[in-house]
Amino acid sequence: MPHLAVNGIHAKYGSLDVLHGISFDVDRGEVVSLVGPSGSGKSTVLRTLVGLTPVTGGGIEVDGTSIDYRSSRSVRAARDRMAIVFQQYNLFQNMSVLGNVTLAPRRVKGRKRQEVEAEAMDLLDLVGMAHKAHAYPDELSGGQQQRVAIARALALRPEILLLDEVTSALDPELVNEVLDAVRRLAAEGMTMLLVSHEMAFVREVSSKVVFMDQGKVIEAAPPAKIFDAPDSERARDFFGKVLRG
Amino acid sequence: MERILSQMPEFFSAKNLVLLAQSAGLTLSMTLMGCLIGFGLALVLVYLRTTPGLWALPLRVTCIAYVEVFRRIPFLVVIYLVLFFIQTIATDVSLFTIAVISICIYAIAYTADIIRGGIDSVPYTQIEAAQAMNLSRLQTMYLCVLPQAWPVIVPPAIAFAVSFIKDTALVSQIGVFELTFRGKELNNQGYSGALVFGTIALCYFAMSFPLSMLGQHLEKRLATPRGKRNPR
Amino acid sequence: MNYNFQFNVVWRNFDVLLEGAWLTLQLGVFAFTAGCLIGLVGAAIRSYGPAPLRWLVNIYVIFITNTPALIQIYFLYFALPEFGIRWSNEACVLIGLTLNAGAYLTMILRAGFLSVRQAEMEAGETMGMSLPQRIRYIVVPHIAKSIYPALANFFIVILVMGTSVGALIGVDELTGQAINLSTVNYRWLEYFTVAALMYVVLTFIASIGLALLGRWAFRVKARIF
Ligand SMILES: Nc1ncnc2c1ncn2[C@@H]1O[C@H](COP(=O)(O)OP(=O)(O)OP(=O)(O)O)[C@@H](O)[C@H]1O
Ligand SMILES: [Mg+2]
Repeated sequence: MPHLAVNGIHAKYGSLDVLHGISFDVDRGEVVSLVGPSGSGKSTVLRTLVGLTPVTGGGIEVDGTSIDYRSSRSVRAARDRMAIVFQQYNLFQNMSVLGNVTLAPRRVKGRKRQEVEAEAMDLLDLVGMAHKAHAYPDELSGGQQQRVAIARALALRPEILLLDEVTSALDPELVNEVLDAVRRLAAEGMTMLLVSHEMAFVREVSSKVVFMDQGKVIEAAPPAKIFDAPDSERARDFFGKVLRG
Repeated sequence: MERILSQMPEFFSAKNLVLLAQSAGLTLSMTLMGCLIGFGLALVLVYLRTTPGLWALPLRVTCIAYVEVFRRIPFLVVIYLVLFFIQTIATDVSLFTIAVISICIYAIAYTADIIRGGIDSVPYTQIEAAQAMNLSRLQTMYLCVLPQAWPVIVPPAIAFAVSFIKDTALVSQIGVFELTFRGKELNNQGYSGALVFGTIALCYFAMSFPLSMLGQHLEKRLATPRGKRNPR
Repeated sequence: MNYNFQFNVVWRNFDVLLEGAWLTLQLGVFAFTAGCLIGLVGAAIRSYGPAPLRWLVNIYVIFITNTPALIQIYFLYFALPEFGIRWSNEACVLIGLTLNAGAYLTMILRAGFLSVRQAEMEAGETMGMSLPQRIRYIVVPHIAKSIYPALANFFIVILVMGTSVGALIGVDELTGQAINLSTVNYRWLEYFTVAALMYVVLTFIASIGLALLGRWAFRVKARIF
């Protein structure tokens, strides 16, 4: 049984249909990447998973249990197991880095402050941001905010981590750091679904790549297959361009 | 003119000055109390207004209607309505309480709009981030949204309260011993109208002007982003 | 609460309330229009006038906007007779409100003037329009767009907060009539409830009218609610 099963989901913003029946599975401990041109709906897939954009058709299962996005109880349960790192980080501007990371563990999980803060410092250390624990988001660079956002998501102790373009704002050195962190998490058995334009990163870290275009899955295969010998014309075209570029 | 000059020493006697100071204090304290309580209730109102779901529709409509209706009724009419309504249900409510309740009712309607504007100024993505972490609606509001909305809310809310110091003059009509009432009383005692109401006007000015300056200063200060302010 | 609401009395005297509402509307429109004229002059002086005049206007605005309208009207009504100037209570309310509105409108219109200067410059550079044409097609729409919502909002404030003050020196506008009628038969709650509703209806009509006017004349999207 897959850890996360996405079965033909549809979604729209207002009257604009964005997802037209997306399906793929993520096994426990597996890292799956969503790739595709800008505007193809990758972020929207992650948003539907955590119930921020309503699903208008199809269904999502976590560990075989389907999530009812109309029931707030079910959505809470889903959010309890999945944590998302947003493309735009969305750190709380009114809180320090440490405040951002400890907010949910303290207020939602009701854990003790000292314990949570010690753990938060470890997580910040993991992403190389411990020295900025008391800075505010508007005093950080994009890449620094990105790493804090990752620490904040990890502090939720999720089973499934959803990462949206986590390397887009990072310089090559930091990409490696984040890559390390992701690899370590994968080794620890964390299930991950990530969106990325960084093909080298995708190839290195993921066991399956889902190629999307215009709200549809065009092809899903292991990276070696999809990068070097894709079945579809569209994928060949896309990867031909991005890999050469 | 001669009359004014000849009345001056007597008018500015210690006794009258103390009375005036007391009345000014009353004016200030009822404005402050009414606006503070009103502001608190307006926060609740705005929060209720954001309740999602179909079942909460009547609640949302009531909140919107409250703001729309009370902004369109003269404060004087509100005072009379509160006065007579309270007198039919209870007998021993002080006039000061009635004044504070009237101010409160009015302040809710005005500050609710200010608060809503502040909340709308916080990017929706902040709320989404909080939701995705399972923070409750209330927690999202007081932990993430309101702290970011204060700089937008506080200056106009203070400006409202300061300008309302003047509007409380109407409360004199039901006999609260505030500045305007004291003025009419002194006028009835035979003091020159020019002397009395000129002095009363100056008293209001002395309260309103510095406070409004303070409000503007605060607005400028809060408008500077955190990074540019003094280091913590 | 065992109060018996009796609205029958109110309906019998409804025409009196309507008369009051009519006077309210007249007072509001007059004070607003005259206030706009003062405001225009005041804003022009504050923007382009010589220093001493500018200070005078500043003092006028600061003093009026920091003291209650009621006290200003009381001053006209109770203090001016001591200097031999006697105005009727209606005149006092009208003049008091006009002076009051003039100060606030000076501030509002000045904001509009400030926004126009650049627009005027740009307009001058482009196309060979004559001055009246430029004023008609560029300057006025520009001012209108930037201050129309504030103007419309202030009209409602004058109509509601402003005119009701007249009741306190015996002008029989809507609030005044409500007071008069209820002192006769003690149906305060009924009269004031109905008067309050009439204010709501009156200002709604005014808001909608102003929004439509703004849309038609200046293409401004003024908010009704
Ligand atoms: N809040 C929104 N309101 C309306 N339309 C939206 C909204 N967010 C996204 N869209 C539209 O939905 C489509 C998919 O957007 P999405 O953000 O999922 O793309 P993406 O694959 O993540 O793109 P990118 O790689 O640029 O991040 C796009 O056409 C976009 O214009
Ligand atoms: Mg995206």
